[in-house]
Order: sequence, then C-alpha cells, then structure tokens
Amino acid sequence: MARVEITVNGAKHAREVEDRTLLANFLRDELGLTGTHIGCDTSQCGCCTVQVNGRAVKSCSMLAAQADGADVLTIEAMAKDGVLHPIQQAFTECHGLQCGFCTPGMIMAVAGLLKDNPNPTEEEIYHGLEGNLCRCTGYINIVKAVKRSAELLRGKAR
Amino acid sequence: MYQFSYVKAKSLKEAGEFLAAHPDAKLLAGGMTLIPTLKARLAQPSHLVDIGGLPELAGIELMDGKLAIGAATRHFEVAGSDTVKKAIPALAYLADLIGDPQVRNLGTIGGSVANNDPAADYPAAVLGLGASVITTQREIAADDYFQGMFATALDPREVIVRIVFPLPKRAAYAKFPHPASGYAMAGVFIAETAQGVRVAVTGAGPGVFRWQEAEAALATNMSAAALDGLAVSAEDLNEDIHATREYRANLVAVMARRAAAKIAEK
Repeated sequence: MARVEITVNGAKHAREVEDRTLLANFLRDELGLTGTHIGCDTSQCGCCTVQVNGRAVKSCSMLAAQADGADVLTIEAMAKDGVLHPIQQAFTECHGLQCGFCTPGMIMAVAGLLKDNPNPTEEEIYHGLEGNLCRCTGYINIVKAVKRSAELLRGKAR
Repeated sequence: MYQFSYVKAKSLKEAGEFLAAHPDAKLLAGGMTLIPTLKARLAQPSHLVDIGGLPELAGIELMDGKLAIGAATRHFEVAGSDTVKKAIPALAYLADLIGDPQVRNLGTIGGSVANNDPAADYPAAVLGLGASVITTQREIAADDYFQGMFATALDPREVIVRIVFPLPKRAAYAKFPHPASGYAMAGVFIAETAQGVRVAVTGAGPGVFRWQEAEAALATNMSAAALDGLAVSAEDLNEDIHATREYRANLVAVMARRAAAKIAEK
C-alpha cells in the first residue's frame, strides 16, 4: 500500500491506497469527484484530464503515488460560488458539447492550452486538443467554444 | 493492472541498487508508455522505481558547444525551451509533435530513448544528430545505441542520465503522424553535421535506421530534388493494419524530401 497526500482543489487529502491506484480512480473512488470521467482504457480519450501542478495530464495514465505531494485541479474547482468559469461559460454559449461525456476533460485541456497560448489560431486549437476525443464528433462547436473561451479570458484579464 | 510495489527513488544510485536487487523491477519516469502497457496487462513488473522527479536527471543546458538534456526532461519542456529553440530548432519542433499535450506534459526524453519504440520521434533526432546517450555507466554513441525494435545497448541496471546533442549546421524533421495515436507512420530527421549529412528514419522499419543513399545524395546537394528517384527498400519495413510496407516506403521518400526542402530554406 502507498500512503499519498494530494492537494485536490485546494484541500489536502491523505489516503492509504494500493500502489497501482490510478489518479483517476483516486479522484473518483476515494474522493467522490466523479466529474473526472473515464472514457477509455487505453489513454486515448482525454476525458479524465485534470491539472497536476498546473499542467494538463490524463489522470488515467498517472499513478496516485506519482501525484503524492502534488497540487491537482479537477473540473469541480472550475465554477466558483455558482458562477461558471469562463471556459464553461463559453462551452455553454457555443453549445460545445453533444452528449457531454468528454466535456470535463475538454475543459481541463482547454484550460491548459490557453494558459500556454492565450490566443490560439484554429490550427493551434486542433493541435492543442489532440489528446481529447469527442465520440459525438462535436468538434466544430468545441473549437468555437475554445475561441470564445480565449476571448472571455482575455477580457477578464484586462 | 497486476499488482506491483511503487518505490520513489531518492537518488540515481539508489535506483541502480534497487534494480540490481530486484531483477523484475522497472524504471518509471513519465509513464506515458509504461502505464498504458501495465493497464493492458502486457507487463508484470514486481516494482516500479520512480525516477521522474530526480534532480540529477533534470535540466537543459549548452555545454562545450553541445546541447545536454537531462533524461527526465518532459517533452513540453524541450518543445518550449528557448535554449533548444536557439541551438537545435528542429529538436524543439520534433518534441512538440510527440503524442498530444497531455503526453508531452509527462513523457520524458530518457523514457522515449530507453523504450526505443520503432515509431517514436526522439530516436530519429538522437540518431540523426549523432548524439550520445550518457548513462550511469558510460557514454554510448547513437550509432551503437539503437538495436532494433524496443532493443537498445542498455544493460538492465543501466539508467540514462542525459542525452548530449552536438549542434548541427542545419537540421529538419518531417513526420507523417498516425492520425489517432500521433506516432510516426514515417518520420525523417536530416542533419548537416560536422561529420557530414545524416538521415535517420523512424516509424517505417522495425527500429530507427540511417538511410545512407539519401545521406550521400544530400551531401553534394541539400535539396528535395537530390532525392528524386531514391527509395528505401520496402522489403524490410513494417506492415500492419495502418499501412502496407510499400506505402511506408513511399512515405519515407516523401518525408525525406520535405525535411530536405525545409533545410534548404534555412
């Protein structure tokens, strides 16, 4: 068993887990944070994307033990006091989803993309979302939502 | 996943000693190949020895006209490093094409080079630039290091510490990625080095290899046209659900021309 202490959405959580526990399972099963979705078993879909120490990672491809001592941010931390995060707002406005299953991972990946590149071109958005799959193929509106997210975030920074 | 014990190594020395004592232990750095492999139950290590956070394996620096990159350096760090972009822009470009952003945020150069996946990108740069693989035991020249599919000169207890790239005069990489996985269906790295032109091909064969005919042709004329009529033999290339070996042979020629054209523009 591995003893891990991980800060998730600002709160420290210490747990004793099996060494093979994936971060995604830690978040969902230990902490009940089921906004982090598991959409595949092959590290391809990106539904489980969260931020670890400020970088977007697939939480199904990282052990909880590797994240010991890390700062993790999940979709649950995006909205504050009932107000959507600008990226969530943009996905709502642009209808950047169909079934919604991939949306939490998309939003966490977009947060990572826009941190590195606050004003991406369409080409850069495609490149930045290569790790996320939408099985409904709702990509057109997702790309629109990313552009709108960038606008909203830039507006907020001003 | 099968059960294993997770061990966070406190030093390179400790990791080496642990490997020596536990023959079924495996090193873990970024885990971007290893963890999916474990999830698919394709491997059953007794222990995972995590070396991803060791300071001894970190850092990107220019030393004596060479670019040294620590083994645990993540792909996004190489892709975004001003030092790499200035010294070997083709290497930063290559790092930004690996996998996807989430993979680049965790995956490491040492892990990629140690794993030597036949469709990985870094082996093309390491072989194309004639780099050296510095390990806990010795320095291995790229020409001796890569030994075919997932095979390298590393012995089981040896750990890669850093990769040292001599600076080329000019270099370029062109890749045809598999649209789903991002792995190279064919990737060609061309470098004009102090020792002459080197052309390394990944993704197409059972392991990264040098295309000597192309090297000879580009030595006298660095242009896409110099490669006209040249082709790699399809016989030794990979064939799978994604492409026939003839298709891959054609991709190699096309990617080589694209890389040569990029160099000629510089």
